[in-house]
Amino acid sequence: MASSKVVVIVGSSVAGVRCAQALRSEGFPGRVVLVGEESELPYDKPPLSKQFLAGDWDTDRVSLLTAERAVELDVELRLGVAAQRLDVAGRRVYLADGLALDWDAVVLATGAAARPSPWPAISGVHVIRTLSDARALRADLDADAQVVVVGGGFIGAEVAATASALGRKVTVVDPLRTPIGRVVGTSVGEYFTSLHHRHGVRTRFGVGVTSVSGTAGNLIVALSDGAELSAGTVVVGIGARPNDGWLIGSGLLVENGVTCDEYCRSVDAPDVYAIGDLARWFRPGLDQHVRVEHWTNAVETAVVAAHNIAHPDDLRAHAPVEYVWSDQYDWKVQIVGRPAMSTRHELIGSWDGASARGAAVYSDDSGQLRGVVTVNWPKALVVGRRLMSTGETFDEAMAQLGALPSAGTR
Amino acid sequence: MPRLLADVEVCQGYGNCITGAPDVYDIDDDGKVVLLKVEIAEPDRGRVEEAARSCPVNALTVLD
Ligand SMILES: Cc1cc2nc3c(=O)[nH]c(=O)nc-3n(C[C@H](O)[C@H](O)[C@H](O)COP(=O)(O)OP(=O)(O)OC[C@H]3O[C@@H](n4cnc5c(N)ncnc54)[C@H](O)[C@@H]3O)c2cc1C
Ligand code: SF4
Repeated sequence: MASSKVVVIVGSSVAGVRCAQALRSEGFPGRVVLVGEESELPYDKPPLSKQFLAGDWDTDRVSLLTAERAVELDVELRLGVAAQRLDVAGRRVYLADGLALDWDAVVLATGAAARPSPWPAISGVHVIRTLSDARALRADLDADAQVVVVGGGFIGAEVAATASALGRKVTVVDPLRTPIGRVVGTSVGEYFTSLHHRHGVRTRFGVGVTSVSGTAGNLIVALSDGAELSAGTVVVGIGARPNDGWLIGSGLLVENGVTCDEYCRSVDAPDVYAIGDLARWFRPGLDQHVRVEHWTNAVETAVVAAHNIAHPDDLRAHAPVEYVWSDQYDWKVQIVGRPAMSTRHELIGSWDGASARGAAVYSDDSGQLRGVVTVNWPKALVVGRRLMSTGETFDEAMAQLGALPSAGTR
Repeated sequence: MPRLLADVEVCQGYGNCITGAPDVYDIDDDGKVVLLKVEIAEPDRGRVEEAARSCPVNALTVLD
C-alpha cells in the first residue's frame, strides 16, 4: 500500500490498539487513525474483574497505549467520539461530532457491551465492562454489605472471588445448575461450584432472578423459587452483546456481529475488516461462522487484519486454537479448544482444594482431542495448546500430559 | 542487536508468547516464561515483538 493510504480503526480497546501497533510492525507506511467512543486512554479489560477491582492494580497497570506511545507509533488518537455511520461505497465513516473520516481500509473493532440488567433498580446494581463500571463497583464494594452476583459464568465468578477476598459476604445466582459447565462440561463444572463453597461464597444455582428492587445498600433480589436475598450491592454478569447497532444500514452483513471471511474481511466489502469481540468470522476447521469474546482472539484477529491490510498480496487466515483464561480465588484456570464439543473427558493430576494442579482432557467420539482445561498448571496448558494446534488424538494428549514431570504434584 | 527482557515476577503463565514464537519463548514447570534466546536478530524482531505484545500482562520487552 502506498504511503498516502489511510486506515481508520473504530474502537480503541485491545483489538483496535493491537491492530494499530501491528500495522506499524507490519511496515504500513500510511496514516493510521484510532477512533474511540470513550474519552479514557485505551485500557485493558481482564483486570477489571480481577486485580483492578481488588485494588491491587491502578489505572496505569491497565493502560494499553499512552499518548506518548501513540505519537511514537504515529497513530492519531480520536478519543471521546463515537462513530455513527459507515458509508461503505463512499469509503467514509461519520463521527458523532459531525466530522467524517475518509479511509482506504477501515477496521471495525467496537467490541461488545455488557448485557444490561433487565431488573430496573434505582441504584446499587452494576454491570462490569468498562473502567468506569469497575470504578463504580469498586466504590460500592467498599461498603460492608452483602453482595449478590447474578450470573455464574467467568466474569460473575471472578467478581464473586474478588468481592469475597475484600471481605464481603457473597451469593452467586444462576438459572443453570452448573453455570461453568456450559464451557467445561457438567462434571468438571461441579469443581468450579465447590471452589465457591470452599471460599465461603454461597451459590443459588438452578434458580432464576425475578426482580431486583430497592437502592444501593438496601436491595432485595427475588428468586424464582420464592426466596429473597438482601444485598447492599448487586452485580449482573449475564453476558455481552456486540456493539454492531451503528452498522445497521451500512449494507454490511450484520448478524450478532459483523460477518467476515477467514481473513477478517467483511463478506460484503474486502476493505472493511472486523476484529475482536465484534467479528463473526468464518472458522475454517469448524466450517461455520463464530464470534468469541476472548482477549487472545482479539489480539490475534488484530494482527491478521493488520497483516492483510499491509500485505494484500499475501493474505493470512485467522485459524486459531481458542484460548481463554480466568482467575478465580486460588485457581488459575486456562482453557484451550472447545471442550463443549467433546463427548468424554478424563482428569489428570489433582482437582482438590487450594493445592489443585490438574488438567481435564476432552475427546470426541472419533478420538480426536477437542480441548484441555487446566487448573494451576500453565505448563500443561502450553503443551495442550500445542497438541490442539497440531491436531493430535486424545490418547496422544493423555500420554504427553501424563508424562509431564509435575503431573499430580505441586 | 535487539535484546529481549522478561519480567518473571509479572509473568502469569498465560503462554501466549510461546504460541507466537515457540523458538524464542518457553515455559518452565512453575509456569514462568523462559527465554530461549535473548539476542534477537533484526529479521526476527517483528515476529518476536508481536509475540511480546500478545502477553496479557506486558511481561516482555524488546530493547534496542
Ligand atoms: C471484566 C472483564 C474480564 C475479562 N476477563 C477476560 C479473561 O480473563 N480472559 C479473556 O480471554 N478475556 C477476558 N475478557 C474478554 C476480553 O476483555 C474481550 O474479549 C476484549 O476486551 C475484546 O476486545 P475488543 O477490542 O474486541 O472489544 P472491547 O474491549 O469491547 O472494546 C471495544 C471498544 O470500542 C469502543 N466503541 C464501541 N462502540 C463504538 C463506536 N460506535 N465508535 C467508537 N468506539 C466505539 C468501546 O468504547 C470500546 O473501547 C474479559 C472482559 C471483561 C469485560
Ligand atoms: S505471554 Fe506473558 S504471561 Fe504468558 S507466559 Fe508469556 S510472558 Fe508469561
